[in-house]
Amino acid sequence: MESLSWGEIILRMLAQFTPVWIALVVTFALSITFKRRLGLYGKLFDSPIGMIGFAMVMFWVFTGVFGGAFDLITTHGVLDQSASMKNKPPGTAFSKLMGAPDPDAYPYYLFGGDHLGRDVFSRMIVGAWEVIKIAPFASLFAFMVGITLGLPAGYYGGKLDTVLSFLANLILAFPVILLFYLLVTPEIVLTGIPVYMAAVLFLFPIVFLVILWNSRFHTQPARRNFYVGVTLVIGLWLYLGIAWNADPLGIIGFPPNLLVVFVAVVFVNSPTVFRIVRGLTMDIKTRDYVAAAQTRGEGPWYIMLWEILPNARGPLLVDFCLRIGYTTILLGTLGFFGLGLSPESPDWGSTINEGRKLLTMYLHPALPPAFALLSLVLGLNLLADGLREESLRD
Amino acid sequence: MTMFILRRIAVMILTALCLTFIVFFLTNLYPNLEKLAKTQGNFRMSDGEVESYLGKNGYLQPVGVKYGQWLGVLPGYVIEDNEGVARGRCIEPGMPPEDAPRRCGVLQGDWGYSTVFKKDVFEIIGEKLALTGKLMFWVMLLMVPSALVLGVLAGMHEGSRTDRALSTVAITTTATPEYVSGVLFIAVFASTAVGLKWFKGTATSAMNDATFENFFLPVLTIALYGMGYIARMTRASMAEVMTAQYIRTARLKGVSFYNIVVKHALRNALIAPFTVIMLQFPWLLNGVVIVETLFNYKGFGWTLVQAAGNNDIELLLGVSVISVIVVLVTQLISDIGYVYLNPRISVS
Repeated sequence: MESLSWGEIILRMLAQFTPVWIALVVTFALSITFKRRLGLYGKLFDSPIGMIGFAMVMFWVFTGVFGGAFDLITTHGVLDQSASMKNKPPGTAFSKLMGAPDPDAYPYYLFGGDHLGRDVFSRMIVGAWEVIKIAPFASLFAFMVGITLGLPAGYYGGKLDTVLSFLANLILAFPVILLFYLLVTPEIVLTGIPVYMAAVLFLFPIVFLVILWNSRFHTQPARRNFYVGVTLVIGLWLYLGIAWNADPLGIIGFPPNLLVVFVAVVFVNSPTVFRIVRGLTMDIKTRDYVAAAQTRGEGPWYIMLWEILPNARGPLLVDFCLRIGYTTILLGTLGFFGLGLSPESPDWGSTINEGRKLLTMYLHPALPPAFALLSLVLGLNLLADGLREESLRD
Repeated sequence: MTMFILRRIAVMILTALCLTFIVFFLTNLYPNLEKLAKTQGNFRMSDGEVESYLGKNGYLQPVGVKYGQWLGVLPGYVIEDNEGVARGRCIEPGMPPEDAPRRCGVLQGDWGYSTVFKKDVFEIIGEKLALTGKLMFWVMLLMVPSALVLGVLAGMHEGSRTDRALSTVAITTTATPEYVSGVLFIAVFASTAVGLKWFKGTATSAMNDATFENFFLPVLTIALYGMGYIARMTRASMAEVMTAQYIRTARLKGVSFYNIVVKHALRNALIAPFTVIMLQFPWLLNGVVIVETLFNYKGFGWTLVQAAGNNDIELLLGVSVISVIVVLVTQLISDIGYVYLNPRISVS
């Protein structure tokens, strides 16, 4: 079979992404139609920058979900090797060294083959899923930790603030790469330190939610007990499964090498969130509505979580977008140095690292994941910019 | 002011002690020591042999004691083996035990011995720091002026087309980590596939003889990632200054726009970026590690990767001490500089 020309490659690639285009069009059509009823999310569609950023982010989210979780976009298996496809340029017809290829198989390697004869296009798609699986949740956990510690530090100040700030600065003064090299190694996994760190860090979301419900509904014990109960049951179940790998039902498990990556990323991100939340709290606690709540006799946690936190949501939301981008970069760094993830993993960092070794001769294995990572992070930054502009406007 | 600096230095020393202890603790965990014993001895050592090797070399003492010895505040261990020969931390091979100093640690200038490079850690670090220093010098020379120009130009007329375009450039550079931009640059400018071949894809030869051809790509790669952030800070600070009352007064009084920007606005607009530039050092260290690995420039970052990858405990500790000190000192300079530059902030 003939190789494809560049025009054909682009057309076929666009056709492979069909489910993503449909999902994007539906999302945008619905959001723009109802944008006046959707609050800050709807206002995003007033800013061109925000819309472009949102489209780029959602493109990769849909690609990750459809391609990684449902196997819709990928053309070949991410680990399938074909000896005759080694380092073949983009658009080469699929062939096998021995025997005829499966007639149902996709007839081309759209972006060529890497040094082991794997399909670069499919690996890029599944790489998106690797990021989408980890980055938002790691950022969310970092936010829970940062908020739970930053609010009291900013609100009470004093000794508590001094101690917590010192600890945060301690972690921030650590060069990130050094921390990764010390923390994300098989030897450290053996000692069980990541599990203990996970045990501490993953407790924060549960503590956060319990305090959140309790401070709001402690005057209505029935509702309070319901919310707190549900949180505790689900939270502790997830906690046992994720942190201790001891889910009594055996449904949730977390591979230990992924856990150490997750913990390391949360650990690196939370001090920055802590500092932001602390600063915002110190600023907001001088406002009149906080004084009003204090005069009403509200408890300190109610004031922190239901008066201060909602009013800090603008900057926090913006930082959340930036933080997902930063986490993506960190995950790429880990992959680039071959830390934590398995060497065959299709994540972008590892693929870039493999591709760079042959870069002076073959460009195609390294460039797709590089552009993918660049566009996702750029999308998140633009989205954050759009959100910042729109949230400043009200 | 003196009290402020003294207090900051005290906190800094405390932080440095905590951080080095964490590094020390993590590198001296038993699985790491076992790996060290096996790489030093042989890979088929039994558990008992590993234990006796570690015991003989003083690795099985409590962590606190080992840390004290490494730091040089506790006297080094002396262990007599079966034949009655004393082995000790401070006893060099071939030296009679009586002549050995009592304490030998980082404070005494004895940083240990690298098992990978077979050399004194202090010597290696000095050599590598000089190489990385050269890299950083050029990075700063490229990054700081271009970031400031970019930021000032964008912030002069907030919301204008120039501002939009330059801000997009700044956002794009912050969204491009070094391992992406480095790969792109090598692909475009150094590969046979594109065929431009303006620059070299490795910087190994730049270690002895840096030329524009072999040194520009690594410098540009590091500078670009940090540049966007500094430029955005400068832009924000410049935009804020340009709305200030005194700028309006100057404008009404008929001062030319050029003079307003250069003589009135610039000084105040550069206070915030100064601290940001100083705080960029920890991030630059990251970039240095990535870029030195990518371009095979055997400097400080490359050494960090080698030390960590080969479990060279003493070298890794040395590298950590230096990087932690660099970060803390730049933070201190940033704090002091901020107070010094900004007369509105008083420390007392």
